[in-house]
Amino acid sequence: MTTLLINKKKYSIDVDPEMPLLWAIRDSIGLTGTKFGCGIGACGACKVLVDNVATYSCLTPVSTVIGKNITTIEGTSENLQLLQKSWEEFNVPQCGYCQPGQLITATSLLNSNKNPSDTDIDDAMSGNICRCGTYQRIKSAIQHTVELKKHR
Amino acid sequence: MSEIQNISRRSFIKNIGLASGGLILACNYTLFSKDIASGIATEFNPNLFVQLNPDGSLIIICSRSEMGNGVRTSLTSIVADEMEANWNRVSVKQATGDAKYGDQNTDGSRSVTDFYETMRTMGAMARMMLITAAAKKWQVPENECTAQNHFIIHSSGKKIGYGELVDVVTTLPVPTNITYKNPKDFKYIGKYLKSIDVKDFANGSAVFGIDKRLPNMKVVAIARCPVTFGTVKSFDKTAALKIKGVEDVIEIPRIEKPFGPLGGVAVIASNTWAAFKGREALEIKWNCGKNEGYDSEKYMIELTERVHKAGKVEKETGDVNKAFGEAAKVIESTFQLPHLAHAPMEVPNAVAWVQGDRCEVWAPTQSPQSAQEEVVAYLGTTPDKVTINVTFLGGGFGRKSKPDYIVEAAMVSKAIKAPVQVVWSREDDIKHGYYHTVSAQYMKASLDAQGNVTGWLHRSAFPSIMSTFKPGTDYPAGWEASSAAVPFDIKNFKIESGQAPAMVRIGWMRSVINILHGFSTNVFADELAHAAKQDPLEFRLKLIGSDRIEDTKDPIKYNTARLKNVLKLAAKNANYNKPLPKGHAYGLAVHYSFYSYVASVVEVSMIDDKVKVHNVYTVIDCGTAVNKNTITAQLEGAAVFGMSLAYYGKITAKDGAIEQNSYSDYRMIRMNETPKVHVEIVESTEKPTGVGEPGVPVIAPAIINAVFKLTGKRYYNLPLSDYDLV
Repeated sequence: MTTLLINKKKYSIDVDPEMPLLWAIRDSIGLTGTKFGCGIGACGACKVLVDNVATYSCLTPVSTVIGKNITTIEGTSENLQLLQKSWEEFNVPQCGYCQPGQLITATSLLNSNKNPSDTDIDDAMSGNICRCGTYQRIKSAIQHTVELKKHR
Repeated sequence: MSEIQNISRRSFIKNIGLASGGLILACNYTLFSKDIASGIATEFNPNLFVQLNPDGSLIIICSRSEMGNGVRTSLTSIVADEMEANWNRVSVKQATGDAKYGDQNTDGSRSVTDFYETMRTMGAMARMMLITAAAKKWQVPENECTAQNHFIIHSSGKKIGYGELVDVVTTLPVPTNITYKNPKDFKYIGKYLKSIDVKDFANGSAVFGIDKRLPNMKVVAIARCPVTFGTVKSFDKTAALKIKGVEDVIEIPRIEKPFGPLGGVAVIASNTWAAFKGREALEIKWNCGKNEGYDSEKYMIELTERVHKAGKVEKETGDVNKAFGEAAKVIESTFQLPHLAHAPMEVPNAVAWVQGDRCEVWAPTQSPQSAQEEVVAYLGTTPDKVTINVTFLGGGFGRKSKPDYIVEAAMVSKAIKAPVQVVWSREDDIKHGYYHTVSAQYMKASLDAQGNVTGWLHRSAFPSIMSTFKPGTDYPAGWEASSAAVPFDIKNFKIESGQAPAMVRIGWMRSVINILHGFSTNVFADELAHAAKQDPLEFRLKLIGSDRIEDTKDPIKYNTARLKNVLKLAAKNANYNKPLPKGHAYGLAVHYSFYSYVASVVEVSMIDDKVKVHNVYTVIDCGTAVNKNTITAQLEGAAVFGMSLAYYGKITAKDGAIEQNSYSDYRMIRMNETPKVHVEIVESTEKPTGVGEPGVPVIAPAIINAVFKLTGKRYYNLPLSDYDLV
């Protein structure tokens, strides 16, 4: 049995230690907000926070994250929740499928950078593909969140 | 019998499976649209619903698929607006696949176009009935009552909530003389509404097809022949069965139908990873079949040779050869565009559970009726026994109109007598798609001494979408060929097509044939402007010519004044006539598709010999704009979609197999490459027309035209990555 700490909750699952975290989360634990996009770390749909850092769960074997704090889109984190509100305000999603990964990546950015520049945002977010092309609104929503935090 | 009925009586409610106790307005869409004029309705088979509950909550059925098109918001907001409903009380119920809904295939950018009037009528009827009900309750004349934001208000000031009127309203007949709201009083139509599902998208709770779970559900990965329509010769499953979680391996045959599964070897597992791993461990020998020789590079040479010879005449006015003979200048160009894959973020996938002659499906599908039809045919059963539940779609772009992946799930479920979820990998999606066609185009035009275009020849060769439906088809369908007929005011005009057999499955992808014809006509027109030493904007306006209605034989007419207007507005928004920073240039393109008019002016620079798009100014005239938030978003997205195909879009085949694998080598635009997209929506009271697709075709040619201005080089082929420009 492998025990994972996801969204502050412990899950014991019987999986191959080499199974990517993505499939453990989606298939064994049943949290489906984290998405499969490519399986090779090229699109970012699968990103989750591992100890507050956005990580491609499709490339992360379960054995490497035992004991670490994993946060998915279903989880709670101050930055994630603020970003989610901005996502709603800017009506960011079109099909919505890549957005959990986008939000996790943006959360990771704000966790490490309180005042990201335009280029910082581009650099952080360019590992995430949105086939619908919502990038402009994603960027606006991140910038808005940064401004909100400054004035709190 | 009227087409729209109050069906709140219990018998009806039971039949349609909705909770009782509320007002349910139901409308037979098919009859309504076809027979409203004659009033003929022989059978009452309700399909579109508005349900008002005693607590005031309002449920509206959405029969079209949500894939980022915003349809669950736009269609329902039309009802809510006419009904004077409070938007916060509205929830949406997604329809299953059923013939009674009229056409459900969510493609062609036509959901609002086709349903606008119907939705308005449903809303207006409900509002009128609520007024009648309140007047009855209060014993006052109806004309003293008005509807406002979920209340009926009497001139005395007293008011009553919609929910409280349900008991009376359910006893009323539906009105026959409908009074619609004055568009100036619209509260939702023409405004910026957020997606009704935005919260669920942002918190990860929205259920896409791939998120569907059933008890004891197996996950299935299928190995398909690398060559289109190849079949399994033999396979060894020993190694696959040793993988933890793999439970069985079975062969599934190809079904030779347009949407039939390709067939292959299915690995059945307890989880997705085991299914993928098990598939990797399979050893399969294939019969590759007749498409094994497909080499897209050689094929392009053949296509190009074909357009350099006379083709089949599709349309002709005047005498182009005479014009060419008398010209001051003749320009000729050849365009080559590759296959493209849809690559929606959510791969094709489906859950199916076959039990005897019944089957229930949960799938991200643009076309639940096609899915139902195919599953019914496969099982040899009847439509009433096959339920297609439509989940959210993680992108569609035309790929999910084809239900091959749904039939795969039904096949495996039937074979193993358990619920299954078929999941495609990204590689499956890239390698086994219904590709956007590959094309060669030859264009020739003549200019007189004043730089007027006197003759125009456009010859295209590309495998037709119809080859998917009628194998062996090797010329374009009429609608494909005629999409090259741009409304330019040119006396001598000729459209020709060349032969082009299909070597892979050809499908429709966001903006379809307009991708290639919008590209070539816009790039060529720009080339002619430069040849005539005229500004591309002025030249193009002149080329479109006088204000007139073109006879397209479509119910919605093509108005050149509206085409010119969007181009002028895009130029105005871009400050087209003001100088740009050094090293920046504008490129423009304008195109009519899906009954809408779109122009984009793009601002481009070259940094270290690489293209950088800074700004995109897009203007759309889509008639009545229903949800401006969605329309704006669609055009922002279309700019990115158009840039992806312009920069990187290229699917190639060697020895019959697709060479690309994933987003790593079939690349997409990312945030760091995204320009600022500025959208203007023309105010209009015309019939609403397409939004999802028409923003795409203008982007690539506008970029090419800007690059020409910057470099003096004309790039006729895509993608730009082939020239090392991105």
